[in-house]
Amino acid sequence: MIRDPSDLQRYTASERANHWVVGICFILLGLSGLALFHPALFPLTYLFGGGTWTRILHPFIGVVMMLFFVVMFFRFQHLNRMTDTDWQWVRRAKEMVNGDDHNMPIQGKYNGGQKLLFWFLGLAMVVLFASGIVIWRAYFSAYFGIGTIRLAALLHAGFATLMIIAIIVHVYAAIWVRGTIRAMLYGTVTRAWAKQHHRAWYRQMTGK
Amino acid sequence: MALQSLDIAKRSATTTEPPQARKTPQVAKLIDVSQCIGCKACQVACMQWNDLRDEVGNCAGTYDNPRDLTDQSWTVMRYAEVETDRGLEWLIRKDGCMHCEDPGCLKACPSPGAIVKYSNGIVDFHQENCIGCGYCVTGCPFNVPRISKKDSKAYKCTLCSDRVAVGLEPACVKVCPTGCISFGSKEDMQERADERVAELKERGFTNAGLYDPAGVSGTHVMYVLHHADKPGLYSGLPADPAISPTVSLWKGITKPLAMAGIAAAALGGLFHYVMKGPNDVSKEIEAEVDKELEGEK
Repeated sequence: MIRDPSDLQRYTASERANHWVVGICFILLGLSGLALFHPALFPLTYLFGGGTWTRILHPFIGVVMMLFFVVMFFRFQHLNRMTDTDWQWVRRAKEMVNGDDHNMPIQGKYNGGQKLLFWFLGLAMVVLFASGIVIWRAYFSAYFGIGTIRLAALLHAGFATLMIIAIIVHVYAAIWVRGTIRAMLYGTVTRAWAKQHHRAWYRQMTGK
Repeated sequence: MALQSLDIAKRSATTTEPPQARKTPQVAKLIDVSQCIGCKACQVACMQWNDLRDEVGNCAGTYDNPRDLTDQSWTVMRYAEVETDRGLEWLIRKDGCMHCEDPGCLKACPSPGAIVKYSNGIVDFHQENCIGCGYCVTGCPFNVPRISKKDSKAYKCTLCSDRVAVGLEPACVKVCPTGCISFGSKEDMQERADERVAELKERGFTNAGLYDPAGVSGTHVMYVLHHADKPGLYSGLPADPAISPTVSLWKGITKPLAMAGIAAAALGGLFHYVMKGPNDVSKEIEAEVDKELEGEK
């Protein structure tokens, strides 16, 4: 559906679907993982049919997420190379958070913060996938030594926490910057949104 | 099922105090390795009492049979032939859960009530609460819990908590023909061990001693060893077992830190929105874009 012919296409249907598969997996993994991480959150296992089902399902959802994340990673990685302008943006991010974006350098499709998040998520997925395999008792733990398994359990919990925090920031940024969420829902943003937040990308898209 | 006659001192994945009004004396099983003849009556009694039947394995050139602990073999005799200054020695150790005062399995377990420590010191797995994650294996300093391939639940020696609860000694203690295994209050067992250690020292085992490792705050299964200075001789009994620092970190400070971090991120977002307001497109830019679009038409 096209709402306004002057809107700019930010994501294709396939990119959006890809993102939402990863997003849904993340929510399911976050809930089931937290359930097994902190006793206070164990009741979250009821969302998955009990503790045993949570334990069975969590790693399989993780594999699905990894598969779709890899596809998404290679779709977007060329757009996420850090440049000097991006580092300038990162250094000034505090001003932006404080509500003043007048001195922010002009950004392309993604700003420095989004790019750093992208690379951090890539790293977190690698660590979570690898450590997840090691602690997947039903199929893989037998191939690893006890020291490796203990380290993997700690890394898995630590990186999962960091990733949850990163995704909270990611989601909040999308809520805070109004007019952003529609990019991931139906693919387009308004021209004014693009000019305000990603002027270099706006110029590239409109030639203005 | 929690045994009603035994109160619970510690319960897995539980942050509040468990019921503990009834005080029961601390119990212990003492295994005097120097008196063991390796007859495996204890293994048989364990199978018989607990209705366990392991698969018939194969011979690996030693008397170890089965070769390792399994979900069906909660205790196994381990035979080690070692050269000491006394010549060739055949050291036989009955392996199984040590019932740590500070149990690593319980610390690691994410499922409330799947692992409990009774007030008498026995550490017990309640399989109906077990989710099969294997964290107990990760947490155990003695490599004892085993996950069943059939039902994915964790199993190990219960120290016959069902027998002890009604005033009986564990099955292995009952059948031991040499009196190598004894059972009673931890204090009595320590006294008995001291007497035996003194005897062994008299007989020339100068390094004889009691194995009740402090790293796990003591155990409710203790060994009298003729070579207490080298527990490793007894098929790799750890010299200084303790809950691994990695496990302590994972199950300790990481939990409150992670919760605080996640809560801070979520609340930080909310308060940022409330205090700074949303990041809208400015009116000037909207007007500029409108003008640009006008020009296009």
